[in-house]
Amino acid sequence: MPGKSAPEGSWIGKPVRRVEDARLLRGRGAFIDDHPPVANACHAAIVRSPHAHARILGYDVAEALAMPGVVGIITGEDVAKSTKPFSVGVTAPVQYYCAATDRARFVGEPVAVVVARDRYLAEDAAEAVVVRYEPLPVVVDPERALEPDAPVLHEAVGSNLAGHRRLVYGDPDRAFADAEVVIRQRFRFPKYGSTPIETYGIIARWDDLEGILTVWSNFMGPFIMHPLTARVLGVPENRMRFIVPPDIGGSFGIKSSIYPYIALIALCAMKTGVPVKWIEDRREHLIASSSGTDRIADRELAARRDGTVLGMRYRWLDNVGGYIRSPEPGCSFRPTGNFVGPYRFQHLEVDASVVMTNKSLTGPNRGYACGHLYFETESMMDLLAAEVGLDPAEVRRRNLIPADAFPYRTPTGGYYDSGDYAATLDKALEIAKYDELKRERATARAAGRYVGIGLALAVDPSVSNMGYVAVALDPQFRAKPEYLPKSGAVDSATVKIDPLGRVTVIMGTTPQGQGHQTIVSQIVADELGLTPPEVTVVDEMDTFTRVWSISSGTYSSRFGSVGTSAAALAARKLKAKLVEYAAHLMDVPAEQLEFRDGAVRLRTGKGASYSVKDLAGRAHWHTQSLPEGMEPALQATAVFGFTVSQAVDAEDRVNSSNTYGFIAEVMAVEVDPATATIKILRYVTVHDAGTIINPMIAEGQIYGGALHGLGGALYEEMAYDADGQMLTATFMDYLVPTASEAPEIDIAHVVSPSPLTTLGSKGLGESSSMTVPAVLANAVSDALAPLGIRITELPITPTRLWPLIREARAKA
Amino acid sequence: MKPPKFDYHAPASVDEALALLARYGGDAKILAGGQSLVPLLNFRLSRPAALIDLNRIPALAYIRAEDGEVRFGAMTRQRTIEFSPLVFERVPLLTEATRWVGHLPIRSRGTIGGSIAHADPSAEYPAVLRALDGSVVARGPEGERTVAAAELFQSYLTTSLAAEEILVEVRLPAMPAGAGYAFEELARRHGDFALVGIAAVVARDGERCTMARLATSGTGPVPIRLREAEQILERDGLGDAAIEAAGRRASELVEPDADIHASADYRRHLTGVLTTRAIRRALAKAGHG
Repeated sequence: MPGKSAPEGSWIGKPVRRVEDARLLRGRGAFIDDHPPVANACHAAIVRSPHAHARILGYDVAEALAMPGVVGIITGEDVAKSTKPFSVGVTAPVQYYCAATDRARFVGEPVAVVVARDRYLAEDAAEAVVVRYEPLPVVVDPERALEPDAPVLHEAVGSNLAGHRRLVYGDPDRAFADAEVVIRQRFRFPKYGSTPIETYGIIARWDDLEGILTVWSNFMGPFIMHPLTARVLGVPENRMRFIVPPDIGGSFGIKSSIYPYIALIALCAMKTGVPVKWIEDRREHLIASSSGTDRIADRELAARRDGTVLGMRYRWLDNVGGYIRSPEPGCSFRPTGNFVGPYRFQHLEVDASVVMTNKSLTGPNRGYACGHLYFETESMMDLLAAEVGLDPAEVRRRNLIPADAFPYRTPTGGYYDSGDYAATLDKALEIAKYDELKRERATARAAGRYVGIGLALAVDPSVSNMGYVAVALDPQFRAKPEYLPKSGAVDSATVKIDPLGRVTVIMGTTPQGQGHQTIVSQIVADELGLTPPEVTVVDEMDTFTRVWSISSGTYSSRFGSVGTSAAALAARKLKAKLVEYAAHLMDVPAEQLEFRDGAVRLRTGKGASYSVKDLAGRAHWHTQSLPEGMEPALQATAVFGFTVSQAVDAEDRVNSSNTYGFIAEVMAVEVDPATATIKILRYVTVHDAGTIINPMIAEGQIYGGALHGLGGALYEEMAYDADGQMLTATFMDYLVPTASEAPEIDIAHVVSPSPLTTLGSKGLGESSSMTVPAVLANAVSDALAPLGIRITELPITPTRLWPLIREARAKA
Repeated sequence: MKPPKFDYHAPASVDEALALLARYGGDAKILAGGQSLVPLLNFRLSRPAALIDLNRIPALAYIRAEDGEVRFGAMTRQRTIEFSPLVFERVPLLTEATRWVGHLPIRSRGTIGGSIAHADPSAEYPAVLRALDGSVVARGPEGERTVAAAELFQSYLTTSLAAEEILVEVRLPAMPAGAGYAFEELARRHGDFALVGIAAVVARDGERCTMARLATSGTGPVPIRLREAEQILERDGLGDAAIEAAGRRASELVEPDADIHASADYRRHLTGVLTTRAIRRALAKAGHG
């Protein structure tokens, strides 16, 4: 059970029921589409390219403009004339506008927008917009895209390589020269997304009198995108107001990539003079929102015969689609600090190429690149185990960072704050009854059945340090005097007490269903000696009224570390003020007082006490009673930031996240060789996310993460044909696992509190999404080991697996 | 994903619906459960001038036993069929097949008439209709006619019903007492359309197979009867060798398509695997006649 560090009687560590659920389950959530009507709002329908690659020769909008209810039409010409391209995370001159201007570079790319009185009329007119195209040759495979005769998407770039970095840590060449065992393997990881229940949604209103652009949207941060969008539109940042509704219907990283649409819909509002609403439909979401990258990885591992890993080489081709959209190339570099995962080896070479092809664009997707990373690494560990004749658990154990090494600096700059990896692995093996499982496997194999066991370990990074994005740039570029380094991960909270002693907490963390209100009420109740229902939490982002910064938002599992720390610190700040005020009233030194059970009292336990309500009443009604110099308000704002968030150094080392949890998983599967289908027999996942604030919510995150990973492992792939047409544009073809596909999940925790956060907590939101692809591939590979089949490509679909089984059995 | 404009009619009787169909001369679509049609409308893949909604015709929802058959009003919901004691007693193959149809909300709206008239070759009900040699009753301007399953399915989403006809009733002959049955299906996820589905009915007399019925879904443009595989069982009995032979023959009898979920080869292979599994499971349920 969690909560080792939570004191007796604390709300932290308790499965407090979510205050959000009553409204969410009864259909009373306040999502973007429920936003109260904005007077005279019109609706947008986006005209999208049917071609994967085509030159745009012109537009004919006269017929559509004349249709009933049509208010205006914006085309790529308007976009080119009235907006700037977005800045991109690489030095290659990629011109990425909020809609296609000269060429369309993927199916579904916006080419025009119809604004009409309602969405039906807008869609009718969108069909009548004529865009004249000259189709161009298409490339969808990242290897093919780098061949000299491949069609080039961006002429100014000259090739399809958006960026390339060769990162060297330690002396990998030496490690490979010294190796007794070298293992090489190629892997393919699929392009998949998150398909949140709620799609993108935006309402934009341009007030030309005050020059204020107000945008309501289910954008989730990071709010670096606010200034980027303002610049594209030419609106001063303090005249552009982003408001996020109280509820977002899931995101998992995907909604951080809504910002080009914000620019596009805002442009529509500015051009037509009416407020414009756009709710993305499911088809639009599947073909043109965002996804993780598909990757081709060539891995090499150098080891000694005893199983000690000496070094590794990663060669990656990450496919970011038609343009490189910020924060890409995070696909390659977001895990920089944890490139080595939980292992001790010191020598690493990473050769990362970021390739543009005629597919939809990519961005953060739950686990942002860690699913890719650990699928490869954990498969390599199994290959090593087989090569040196060790049990997969043993080969991992021999390479783990030991418990006494924390805090641990990785060769790539990561600063692992706390953990006990061996104990976590042991706990997973124990819960899974690993030895018993192995006996069952032996019995099953003897009977001709294909049963296998897989393991996967992962360092679970949370709270991205904005500084990691600069790993994409050459050190020489970063050394220029005009280059401005980047770093940081901050968030704020305000706690206030009203005249009758009621407590309200104000945040702007853009919750997407994670239960932030519940969590904050637990934390502040603990700090102020209240119960969670006594604390009202308002978590609604509005850039005009909230304290925010570049890194604000809820992504990279940051709320569990950053937002929670800010809330606790704000409450403590206010508590200190209450103590100081009470000391003045009682005329004793503040050191003799303590805050306990919702009141300020003498540490001796004797004499009068002042309750929060009492102090609040006096402070609000009678400001004369305040000590001299005390600010006459019972509220406190705290901004929490990590000091370990530093800029990338000259050797490409960076602490790319701020807290690092750990995951150890065991899975057993059986493969039916006749149908090539996979049944999960057992699945154990043990997490170390530091202090667990609400175990029920933590469990929900693990369930969700595991199912998300199951999607990538078995079901989900955004598939394209050679012409760049998407084959999975509906939920009939893009298969998301449902409750029926969910295995039984055995969850346990190990608690190594983070020394860096106020409560010792770490992020947990991405969790098993990054391990399930690895653990499933390892389990299936183990099951099929008697046939010599190794899974190196996901998703493992029956139609892909069956020919392998057929061939192997024919040979046998 | 908003449909283009269409007229909407909710007739109270079949005659009224037929009159409306005639009025639109082939440009109208019948709306039954809407589980396939509504998405097609929203994708603008179907652009009828009008929808004629049969949901307000109570006379079209019934299940009754008559002349050795079970007869279903076209608007009988799949969810009703799933829990009908009469269906379970007389045509339990249909009960079992219904559990493979989509998910609860889909079965709560979806109808037997709609599923069969839509003629999706991956759906379960067309396979059951073929396996049991059922028929449908179509009503048109000239009156009613009965169409046998074998004559009904023409191609993907295409039946031999005329544009001015409405499928009003589905008829399934009651299964012989003691017959075993099974509906085997493999889908990517629970509730998805079948990669391949096999409906099987087997009656036995000792080791002799007195009747075998095998029909497919997901194996090509229309559900088919695997007559030559059935004959192997009827000729060679119900031993392992015969069952395996029937499975092999089944896989040779189909000409499945490839899509992103399954190659044609894999579907062909599955046809054999699921045929043998369906026969075995049916056999386990069969009484010794």
